[in-house]
Amino acid sequence: MASHYEAPIRTPLITGDKTYHDISVDVAAPIEGKANKSWWIVFSIALVAFLWGLGCIIYTISTGIGVWGLNKTINWAWDITNFVWWVGIGHAGTLISAVLLLFRQKWRMGINRSAEAMTIFAVIQAGLFPIIHMGRPWLAYWVLPIPNQFGSLWVNFNSPLLWDVFAISTYLSVSLVFWWTGLLPDFAMIRDRAKTPFTKKIYGILSFGWSGRAKDWQRFEEVSLVLAGLATPLVLSVHTIVSFDFATSVVPGWHSTIYPPYFVAGAIFSGFAMVQTLLIIMRKVSNLENYITILHIENMNLVILLTGGIVTVAYLTEYFIGWYSGIPYENYTYLSFGAATGPYWWAFWALIICNLLVPLTLWVRKWRRNIMWTFIVSIIINIGMWFERFDIIVIDLSKDRLPSSWSMFSPTFVDIGIFMGTIGFFFVLFLLYARTFPVIAQAEVKSILKSSGDNYKRLRAEKGDDTPHYTEVSGTASVKKETEKTEKMSSEELSENDKKENINNLLSSLGTFNPDTQTADDLKKISGVGPVMEQKLHSLGIYTFEQVSKMTDKEYDLLDSIINEFPGRAKRDDWAGQASKLKNS
Amino acid sequence: MYTLPGKLKLLAIVFMVIGAIGIASGFLNTPSNTEEVKELLASHSEDGHGNATAVHEETKESHNQVGVEESHENEHLKHALHAYQNRPWSAFYVAAFFFFMLSLGTLVFYAIQYAAQAGWSPVLFRVMEGISAYLPIGSIIIFAFLIASAMGLNHLFHWMDPDLVNPESEHFDEIIFGKSGWLNTPFFLIRIAIYLGVWNLFGYILRKNSIKGDTSDNLTWFKKNFKMSVGFLAFFIVTETIMAWDWFMSLDPHWYSTLYGWYVFATMIVSAITVIALVTITLKSQGFLEFVNDSHIHDLAKYMFGFSIFWTYLWFAQFMLIWYADIPEEATYFVTRIDDYKLLFFGMLVTNFVFPFLVLMNSDFKRVNWFVVLAGVVILVGHYIDVYLLVMPTTVGEHWYIGIPELGAVLFFLGLFIFVVFNALTKAPLLQKNSPFIKESKHFHY
Repeated sequence: MASHYEAPIRTPLITGDKTYHDISVDVAAPIEGKANKSWWIVFSIALVAFLWGLGCIIYTISTGIGVWGLNKTINWAWDITNFVWWVGIGHAGTLISAVLLLFRQKWRMGINRSAEAMTIFAVIQAGLFPIIHMGRPWLAYWVLPIPNQFGSLWVNFNSPLLWDVFAISTYLSVSLVFWWTGLLPDFAMIRDRAKTPFTKKIYGILSFGWSGRAKDWQRFEEVSLVLAGLATPLVLSVHTIVSFDFATSVVPGWHSTIYPPYFVAGAIFSGFAMVQTLLIIMRKVSNLENYITILHIENMNLVILLTGGIVTVAYLTEYFIGWYSGIPYENYTYLSFGAATGPYWWAFWALIICNLLVPLTLWVRKWRRNIMWTFIVSIIINIGMWFERFDIIVIDLSKDRLPSSWSMFSPTFVDIGIFMGTIGFFFVLFLLYARTFPVIAQAEVKSILKSSGDNYKRLRAEKGDDTPHYTEVSGTASVKKETEKTEKMSSEELSENDKKENINNLLSSLGTFNPDTQTADDLKKISGVGPVMEQKLHSLGIYTFEQVSKMTDKEYDLLDSIINEFPGRAKRDDWAGQASKLKNS
Repeated sequence: MYTLPGKLKLLAIVFMVIGAIGIASGFLNTPSNTEEVKELLASHSEDGHGNATAVHEETKESHNQVGVEESHENEHLKHALHAYQNRPWSAFYVAAFFFFMLSLGTLVFYAIQYAAQAGWSPVLFRVMEGISAYLPIGSIIIFAFLIASAMGLNHLFHWMDPDLVNPESEHFDEIIFGKSGWLNTPFFLIRIAIYLGVWNLFGYILRKNSIKGDTSDNLTWFKKNFKMSVGFLAFFIVTETIMAWDWFMSLDPHWYSTLYGWYVFATMIVSAITVIALVTITLKSQGFLEFVNDSHIHDLAKYMFGFSIFWTYLWFAQFMLIWYADIPEEATYFVTRIDDYKLLFFGMLVTNFVFPFLVLMNSDFKRVNWFVVLAGVVILVGHYIDVYLLVMPTTVGEHWYIGIPELGAVLFFLGLFIFVVFNALTKAPLLQKNSPFIKESKHFHY
């Protein structure tokens, strides 16, 4: 890939002085640990929603499409709206993984895995709607071009709805392959860390026997690039074809040529909004703030600004050309004065406010770096993009060319139930993923650690660009090597003897740990102690809350002199106080 | 510092002189009345060109009433006369816009580099500045041309005819009347003056800050350019669409397509990037731009490849949707182009898509200079044809021909473009000194 030099002006993409080992530990932590209570709560809610949606689907199929709120004029509404909404959301993943890869954007590496997962889960939801809408889903295979004796008549190749079948299935398969290819080295990492033979076996299968040899990596990089090249036109083609559904067949005699690029931009816009929604939660829950930094969030907001700007220009163009064309019918379409003041004024304004006005706040740097505000905006955009599709279908159809057939649409509980069900299904899949998959592409993140990690950038700032990024290792225990590596990077260094003496002093006041009689506590429960710090404490011989609780200023200083990673951290967080509470609980 | 090679200067001047002669002869040879048109059509049908008279013969047979035939014939000749009179103007307009859009597209690409904080391209910034130096003169020529059109010196912009919006007149056109809030000469010229003015002002400031940066010890200039670029791009994305409506879509005032503005943009950006690559390779071959390596050329070629596909995508999207709906008032745009310009219309898909797609597909070829030049020249020819097809079918119709007026105009503007661009390159060192990303760009290998 690109040369390793990176301008000092660029903000680090990995913070928290991470080493290679830290990355492995941090990424594996959610998989190796146990789910907490909030995960179970959210999962249960999602599961209930999913089951409710499943019930509605079964009801629809066993009774008929009549259970939806459709009528003769508005003969499709929520189904196509939801379908396009989900397909659109499914766009960001492949964009991040493919297009940003081609543009050599390093910040994609913190977020691509989850964005791709989101893509696949969203496309699965999207695919449900056409199948349900068929009414007889057991004949779904009729959309495939198979000879007449196996199905009905030869499929109608003139219909964009059929093109969707091919576009979306191609997109899903390529995205899946792309996603899984990236996962191979990461699954292998989990496999190699696994403690039980069962986990080892499972992750061994998932990683396709990844060996980590140079040959593996070389093939890996080649195939990634080829898939990126294939996926990029696919990103464009899928939503182009989805846009043809609307551009060619909503109201006869009405169409708009800007639809293909405008829909692609809109899809990326909504997809990134959904990535924001998911990642803002995930980085907090899974302690990934060092990998999905505020810079990542800001960059995603910039993509939202760009694609939102393109969508805005498309809206203005639609509106203007509607007037310019001089055709009276244009005043009944979804972006017109007629729509803004007609019975569906609320849907029109929901679209304008959510997609056009609210994202404008992201022009302010302070706001687009505000996590809470970003989260709110991302949800608003998702609502707005749902309304965009709703408006195109329902507003356009509600006043077609025959005033006698004008009507309104009101959804039934089944329409709403199926939509909620897909949201539930989506979150069920995503939550399961978050507990079993490496949610950060750790192999790729490691590849940029030396160019974009904050510790390395600081080192170069202090010692010049040409300073070596490695140090010769002379420790004994393997854990110690890691410790030393970080230590050596800082300018002050203690001799081995000094250190040993300090450790002895420290342990004499804290008491030693005897593995035969005592059990080790989970030191990570102390706020300020992560998996890495825990290991460092272990390597010094500190295993219990009892030991930590005895720390005073003197011990803190000693600790800092041995592990000078976060000077003053232990004292500031009052580890001793925390530990004495923990040991009694 | 770069100095303008004498040969190049001479070449540019020769182009301009020959081109000017071509343009002038185009105007002088225009028929001034219907009699001359008659002769011209007759001579053309002998040459095998212009089957207009043949078609006319057929219609003659089907009409038996002599009076109708007479007026029909006159009508037809008048129409042909207008087309012939429009031709040198159109040829001039096409070439003027083509070279104008090269510099405007380059300025946009340059602004994108700042806005995206690109690390690969800073060694090419001075080249981009040089190419965008043509923007002021290009704008002035286009604006002067549009003023001349507004004054009635030519009839390219049909809607400027006051009869069309006069309800008393027999030529009253209700559709154009409905658009007169937008399509009226004063507003037309005012908005064009505004967006041309802002684009030029931006180009000027960007260049000024960039030069200032060479002697500056802080990054204020860079931050300014970053902010300016973002603002410019936001302004541009809106005004570019308006430009496309004003300058090309309004030639055919009944017709409309929402995609049109972006389609013109695609042509602009792919041609501009091609020119950046060509100028870079030229300078490199003269021994300048020591820090530009084949990775930079590779990236430019990737953009040429990518935007060629992007152009095709938009071409197809617009064509497919209009063809599929087949609504007469929309389909007319493609009907004229396919009936009268079949070779150019479909040929341009070969030059703009098939050829660059095949030649630039292989990643090793994108690093070979002559391959890039070969693909680049074909792309530029193809996009000249594209601009030609934006204008000619509505102004000249079936009476088109690529001859002295067209080639003369292209030569003249090519000479002017070379002269202005390479002259601008001599004005400043070819490498920005203090850009924060310059080292990244110098070390750019992959």
